[in-house]
Amino acid sequence: MICREVQELIHGYVDGELDLVRNLEMERHFHECPACSGAHERLRTVQSAITTGAPYFRPPSGLESRLRSRLREAAEVDADPPRARHTWQWVGIAAAVLIAALTITVTTRHPAGVELLAQDVVASHVRSLMAAHLTDVPSTDQHTIKPWFNGKLDFSPSVGNFAGQGFPLTGGRLDYLDNRPVAALVYRRRQHIINLFVWPARNQSDSTVRQTELQGYHLLYWTKAGMTYWAASDLNPAELQELVSLVNGL
Amino acid sequence: MQKPELTRFEQTVLPHLDAAYNLARWLTGNEHDAEDVVQESYLRAVKFFRGFHGESARPWLLAIVRNTCYTWLRRNRMDEPTTELDDSTQVIDPSSANPESILLAAARTELVRQALEALPPGFREIVILRELEGMSYKEIADIASIPVGTVMSRLARARARLQKLLSEPDLTEARA
Repeated sequence: MICREVQELIHGYVDGELDLVRNLEMERHFHECPACSGAHERLRTVQSAITTGAPYFRPPSGLESRLRSRLREAAEVDADPPRARHTWQWVGIAAAVLIAALTITVTTRHPAGVELLAQDVVASHVRSLMAAHLTDVPSTDQHTIKPWFNGKLDFSPSVGNFAGQGFPLTGGRLDYLDNRPVAALVYRRRQHIINLFVWPARNQSDSTVRQTELQGYHLLYWTKAGMTYWAASDLNPAELQELVSLVNGL
Repeated sequence: MQKPELTRFEQTVLPHLDAAYNLARWLTGNEHDAEDVVQESYLRAVKFFRGFHGESARPWLLAIVRNTCYTWLRRNRMDEPTTELDDSTQVIDPSSANPESILLAAARTELVRQALEALPPGFREIVILRELEGMSYKEIADIASIPVGTVMSRLARARARLQKLLSEPDLTEARA
């Protein structure tokens, strides 16, 4: 490990977020490098200054009982006769539909949004490689991964294993992009890792596969059947395109 | 809401009152507003409770407290600058900081509190959740709806800033 990598991972190290292998590599490096070991010591000191020095504010003594009685009141109001509620429910539904309609018009994506999203996709890809968090559910079986997402996401991503075509599935992960939880499917091509992020599209119509490059990573993104897809990898774009065709063939 | 549902809510969500209050107190900066925010958060939480299915209640509640805090901050502190440490700024080189002076500062709780309050809320909340609540990057990412990578980079910037603030022998004078 070189100093630059150690500096990037040092916070993950003190927070216990790295996997065992990286932990050991970090420790080995600290033994050999006085500069990084000094940085590590200072970081630990700051951390303990916060944990021991920062006050943990306790709620005032009466707050819990005040809360209990307010919750009871709120529950009683909510349990009013159902007829009165019905009218309001319809008003609520009408309002919700109106708001949804407005939101769709307002949030149609601006090109600058794609740029920002691309940065987030690359950040998520890079971190997934570094920390112990490449996969939440390590499995090569799409029938294990797909149900795992149930209850964690409000949509169900299609999950394919393309081991036969040289893209074995290695797991799935929950991530955040575009201000919402998304599915991250992890594929391998030889030694390259590919993160495929999937979430429901804001704009339902299918789009062609577009390509961009950021910090040396290739990104392919497209919309198909109401889902937005972003594939990120250091793999060359031609081979990445192969995976895209496989995913779109599902 | 039916009685058994309310009882279930009280059993699952009320035990996290300490964490809720601590976060609200750090984000609003005073007791009175923290209490208001906590009450409002619980009233919102009870409404959303139907959508909560047995995941961990603490991060779920803290996400609501956090959102309530920000709504509150926007309403009440329009004039305050909020982004003095944006995600793109470079980490300050902390090599000059020496551990002894940081240790001395740690002994003075007041200094640590001031240093934390000097951080913008988006960074302060991550330090609080990580160091005082012991939450994982993943949990923090869930609460703040940001990528895990952003949790780590904000933590790095916040700590560099804290290291600098705590190494300055007279923080109080510097801030005055």
